[in-house]
Amino acid sequence: MKNLKLAAAIAAAVSCGPALAQTEIVWWHAHGGQLGETVNSIAEQFNASQSEIVLTPVFKGGYEDTLTATIAAFRAGEQPNIVQVFDAGAATIIGAQGAVIPAEDLMTQAGVEFDANNYISGVRYFYADSEGKMVGMPFNSSTPILYYNIAALEKAGVEPPKTWEEFESIAPAIVDAGYIPLAQSHSPWIWTENFHSRHNLPFASNNNGFDGSDGTKILVNNDAIKMHFSKVKEWLDKGWYAYYGAGWGDNQTPFENSEVAMWLGSSGSFGGLLNSVDFEFSATYLPYWEAITSEPTQTFIGGAALFALTGHSDEENKATAEFFKFLSSTDVQKFWHKETGYVPITTAAYEAAKAEGYYDEKPQAEIGIKQLSLPSGDNSKGYRMGFYVQIRDVMNREYGRIFAGETDVESAFNVIEEEGNKLLDRFSKTN
Amino acid sequence: MEKSQFQNPWFPYLLLLPQMGIIAVFFLWPAAEAIKSSFYLEDPFFGNATFVGLDNYRDALSASDYKRTAWFTAIFTVLVSVLSLALGLMLAVSADRVLRGQSTYKTLLMWVYAIAPPVAGLIGVMLFDQHIGPLVDFVAIFGWEMRVGVNYWDTGLAMIIVSTWKQVPYCFIFFLSGLQSIPTSVKEAAKVDCRSETRRFWSITFPLLAPTTFFLMILNITYAMFETFGTIDLIVKDQPGNSPVTLVYKVYRDGFRGNDLGGSSAQSVILMIIVLLLTIVQFRLIEKRVHYN
Repeated sequence: MKNLKLAAAIAAAVSCGPALAQTEIVWWHAHGGQLGETVNSIAEQFNASQSEIVLTPVFKGGYEDTLTATIAAFRAGEQPNIVQVFDAGAATIIGAQGAVIPAEDLMTQAGVEFDANNYISGVRYFYADSEGKMVGMPFNSSTPILYYNIAALEKAGVEPPKTWEEFESIAPAIVDAGYIPLAQSHSPWIWTENFHSRHNLPFASNNNGFDGSDGTKILVNNDAIKMHFSKVKEWLDKGWYAYYGAGWGDNQTPFENSEVAMWLGSSGSFGGLLNSVDFEFSATYLPYWEAITSEPTQTFIGGAALFALTGHSDEENKATAEFFKFLSSTDVQKFWHKETGYVPITTAAYEAAKAEGYYDEKPQAEIGIKQLSLPSGDNSKGYRMGFYVQIRDVMNREYGRIFAGETDVESAFNVIEEEGNKLLDRFSKTN
Repeated sequence: MEKSQFQNPWFPYLLLLPQMGIIAVFFLWPAAEAIKSSFYLEDPFFGNATFVGLDNYRDALSASDYKRTAWFTAIFTVLVSVLSLALGLMLAVSADRVLRGQSTYKTLLMWVYAIAPPVAGLIGVMLFDQHIGPLVDFVAIFGWEMRVGVNYWDTGLAMIIVSTWKQVPYCFIFFLSGLQSIPTSVKEAAKVDCRSETRRFWSITFPLLAPTTFFLMILNITYAMFETFGTIDLIVKDQPGNSPVTLVYKVYRDGFRGNDLGGSSAQSVILMIIVLLLTIVQFRLIEKRVHYN
C-alpha cells in the first residue's frame, strides 16, 4: 500500500517534469504509536493533494524531548520548518523573540487566506499574543472533562454532577454502590489552570502573563483554590476521591477497571477509552463551585500547537503556510477529530461533524467542544508563564504532599507561590 | 631499572595525547562550559545570556526541596553502593564454591548486566506498578499496601531495589574474577591453618579482594549518583510529583525538561564539587588501608 502510494507520488512528480522543483519542508512532532500513524496519514494526504510541496513528518519523542531537540537544532542552525510545542512550553518558544513566525503573519504574507474567527474561541487564544494574533497553529487540542461510568451512577441512583456541591451530595451514594466516586489525572492542568478559567479567576498578573514576562506574578495563592484543595483533601480522607500519584495513566486505570465511578481526564482521552473499556460511559462538563461563581465560564485547551520557525527561505515559508491552511481545512480537521478524539479547531469542522450525525452516535465526543464554546470571561483564555514545566513540578509535588498529609493547604500554596514567582522572575531575566 | 625506555623524551606524551584529547573534549571542556553557564541566565533559543553572579547557586540551594533531595541522594547512594557490593560478593563467593554447573550459574547471574538499562527499568517499573505489579500483590499478603508513586518511601524503596538489581551483576563479575585470581596455594595453606570457613574468608579472602572492593566502591558510588536517573525517571513515570528524586535527576529535569540551563549548570557544578571531595576522601583515607600486591 505504502509502496503504491510512493510510486504514485513519484509518478506524479516525474510527470510534472523538472520545471516544477519541489519544496521540501520538515515537521517535527511528538506523537508516537497510533497517534503517530494518524499524523503520518495527514502528511501523506497533504503530499498527495498537491505536487509542489513534499512534507516530511519526523517523530522526535515526547513533548519535552521535541522542544529540547528543537532548541539544540535551532542553535546549530538546522531547525525544522514546523515544530509541535505543548501548552506548558508555549511561553518558552513564544518568548524567544524572533524564533517563530506567527502563524497569522506567515499565512497573510504567503497570500493564503486566513480568518481568526474561523477557529473555535477556546482554541484561538491560548497560543496567541496579547493582541489576540495567533502565533501557534493549534493542532492537538483537548480540554478537561468529567467521564462517568453510566452503570455505576445508575446503581447509586444519582445523576452526574454539574457542580462540586452536587458532587458532595451524591458521593456517599456512589460509595454505597461500591465505587470510589472520583479520580483525576492532572492536578496542575485540571484543578489549577482550568480551575481558574472555569471560575473566571485571574491566574497570573500581566493579563495572565500574556502581556509579557516582565514582572509577571502567579496568583495561585487565593482563597478559592485553597478552599478547593481543602475540600479535595477531605474527600480523600472520606474515600470520595482517590489519588494514584502524579502520573496520568495511574489515575485513569482504576476508572477503566470500574473501581472508580467518575474520572476527570482529557476530551482527547475519548478515543482511547472507547477501545480500553467494556462498559458504557459518558461525559459531562468539568464541575465548578457554585460557592465561587454562579456564572461558570469556558475552559481552555491543553495539548500542543504547531509553530513555524524562522531561518527558512520565503519559498519554504509559503509551503508551511499552505500546510497550515490544509491542516485547518474542514475535511482534515474532521478526520483528525474522529480519528483521535481531539477537538476540531474550526467551527466549520465542528458543524460538519455535527451535520453528519457524528454526535448523535457519540455524544461524548461533543462535550469538549461545547465546553470550549461556553461563555468566555476575562480570565478564561489560558495563561502564559515561563519555566512553567518546573512550576507544574512544584504544584505536583506540593499537591502530593497535601494528599500524603505532609503539609497543609495553606503552607503548600505559600510554597507554590514563592517558588513559582522565583521561577517566573528567573525566566524574565533570560529574555 | 633503566631510567628511560624511550629514545625521544616527547614520545610518551605523544602516546598519551589521544587519551588526553578525549578527556579534554568530553570532560574538561563541558565542565568549563558548565561552570561558565552556571553564572548566567540564558535564553535557550539564541543563547543570549545575562550575567547573574551567584544567583543560580543561591536559587538552587534555597529551593524548599533541595535539602530533602540531597538527603535522599545520600541515603540512596549509600544503600545502592553497599547493597550491590554485598550481594555481588555473596553471589560471587557462592558461585565460586559451586562445582557442578558453575558456568550456568555464572551466566544466569551476569544476565541482568546485558539487559539495556531502559528495558531493565521498565521491568522494574512493571514489578512495582501500583495496579498490576506482582511484587505489590506479594507484599499485600503481609498487609503492606505498597504505593509506588504515591508514598515517598515506597517509591524510594522501589528505586533502590531496581538500581541495586542492575548493579549486582557488575560487582559479581569483578568479585568472581578477583576470587579466581587468589592463588590456590594461599587458599590451601589457609585451610591447613584454620578450619572455620567464615574466619578464613574474613582474614584471607576478603583482604585479598580489597583492591577490587575499593575499585567497585568508587564505581558504585558514581553509578548510584550519576547513572540511575533513567531508572528514576521510569519509576516516577516522568512525573516526579511528591516522589523522592536524586540531585542528578533534578539537574536533568531542570536542564532538559525545563530548559533552565543556568540553574541546571549551577546544580551540576555543586554536584561536581561534592564528588570531587568524596573522591579525595576515598583516596586519602580508604586507599591507605588497601594493599595491592
